[in-house]
Amino acid sequence: MMDILNTLALLGNYLIVPGITYGCQLALGALGITLIYGILRFSNFAHGETMAFGTMTVILLTWAMQSVGISLGPLPTALLALPFGIAATVLLLLITDRYVYKFYRQQRSTPVIYLIASIGVMFLYNGLIRFVIGPDDRQFNDGTRFIMKAREFKEMTGLREGLAIKSSQGITLIVTILLVIALFWFLNRTRAGKSMRAYSDNEDLALLSGIDPDRVVMIAWILTAALATIAGTLYGLDKSFKPFTYLQILLPIFAAAIVGGLGSPVGAIAGGFVIAFSEVAVTFAYRKVFGYMGYEVDGLMQLLSTDYKFAVSFAILVIVLLVKPTGLFSGKSY
Amino acid sequence: MITVENLHKHFGGIHAVDGASLTIAGGSITGLIGPNGAGKTTLFNVIAGVYKPTSGRVLLDGEDITGLPPHDLFAKGMLRTFQIAHEFSSLTVRENLMMVPPDQPGEALWSAWFHPSAVRAREEEVRARADEVIEFLEIAHVADERAGNLSGGQKKLLELGRTMMVDAKIVFLDEVGAGVNRTLLNTIGDAILRLNRERGYTFCMIEHDMEFIARLCDPVIVMAEGTVLAEGTAAQVQSDERVIEAYLGTGLKNKATA
Repeated sequence: MMDILNTLALLGNYLIVPGITYGCQLALGALGITLIYGILRFSNFAHGETMAFGTMTVILLTWAMQSVGISLGPLPTALLALPFGIAATVLLLLITDRYVYKFYRQQRSTPVIYLIASIGVMFLYNGLIRFVIGPDDRQFNDGTRFIMKAREFKEMTGLREGLAIKSSQGITLIVTILLVIALFWFLNRTRAGKSMRAYSDNEDLALLSGIDPDRVVMIAWILTAALATIAGTLYGLDKSFKPFTYLQILLPIFAAAIVGGLGSPVGAIAGGFVIAFSEVAVTFAYRKVFGYMGYEVDGLMQLLSTDYKFAVSFAILVIVLLVKPTGLFSGKSY
Repeated sequence: MITVENLHKHFGGIHAVDGASLTIAGGSITGLIGPNGAGKTTLFNVIAGVYKPTSGRVLLDGEDITGLPPHDLFAKGMLRTFQIAHEFSSLTVRENLMMVPPDQPGEALWSAWFHPSAVRAREEEVRARADEVIEFLEIAHVADERAGNLSGGQKKLLELGRTMMVDAKIVFLDEVGAGVNRTLLNTIGDAILRLNRERGYTFCMIEHDMEFIARLCDPVIVMAEGTVLAEGTAAQVQSDERVIEAYLGTGLKNKATA
């Protein structure tokens, strides 16, 4: 009995809690990709850097607030800086749209041209971020570090395995839930949200309705900026901020959006968790689990070294594209 | 009233519309017929702003609207339906209808937050109009169904319903009866006639079903090879030598008369 509980605690600590946190972060990132895909019909390669830019402004504001002594007590100051970071990112994206994507919209360019333009935008943001904050690792998490420490859990339950929950993990989950509820309420209940879904369903028809296409595009960028900044900040709070990791995380985020079905918000969330749990489960060392089950093994019993974790998203992506090319929640099939 | 003056639309070497001139009188239900490849749909698309013409002009009540984009034409009261029905598939029938009227304050984030009463008032107004349309077209049983789940004929009705959500000056119907069963076709026909008589809608419709055309349209314009071949009542054009020739081809006609 003890062994089973120990196994559960072990899996909870190294698999479930990190999986949920990472899943939330990927889901929020993938929602941004999927929104832009649904409205502007291209894969936005600059999304990772958008996340990094948003996080950077949040960090700079956090530092400014810390230097004048503003804090949220047990919560990270970054949460207070978040709305301002979102505002800055909204501004950046709207300026980008005005001077880059709007031109291609007027030309009625094909999606591949947008995609290449977005790669250009990615490099631009990339340079901007390194210019402002540099390429180094930044810590900006303050406040209480743990909701529950491993030692406290052991004392509380008497188990040998500890279960730790970091504050950043709790915050990630709560913020994600609130954000997703708000987003779905917006898309399903408000006129602006319905206009976005209508525009995504049938652009030709939307142009022949009372829907203002410029406004729909603007709202899509505003939502994307908010989602990207929040996703990036949560990821940065949980790990640390390093511009390069936001380029790397683009791959699992894209995989999540495609696995769920590009253009489908529900799919983006499901895809985020599928990718996150696969990645964590495949790179987890199962040796101790086997130990508790009564098998003594020598190896780590790890399916894949953590160095290869990005290959997991690739593999899932390939499998889904082979089996169900439109994604789990059937987004747009092109 | 729409006036088309000497319109040309070329796709590379193909002259899809080759010097068409015609007038659609206000308050009429004008039929546009012709054999496949006559240039009817291209003409529609040029008038509706999907294509820019190679040359020629389109006038709406005397105003030059040549080459204006579709949403500007929509704002001027020129509406169209599509040969293959278009719908917002993930929205319900009622929501589809409610998408049509312009200037809804709920669409702007700012007013949605700060003028909720204005948003609600306009939304009630639009909803009332949608309910009226649903009743008119007798589609109450599918009003809350996702439009993507409708049958082909019901989607055509929805297309027609969409044109009723605003005060249209002229509505272009591109094969509204194609692939629709008799009963539903009659419903659509009745709706068109009522809209024309009770609300003064002007219609211009491409159609292949001669019976349907004879019932609704006056005048009927016949197109062939990119130009207007004949114009008159349905009975007149049906007995017109040139029209029969265009539909059957000279060879066939000679055989038939021989």
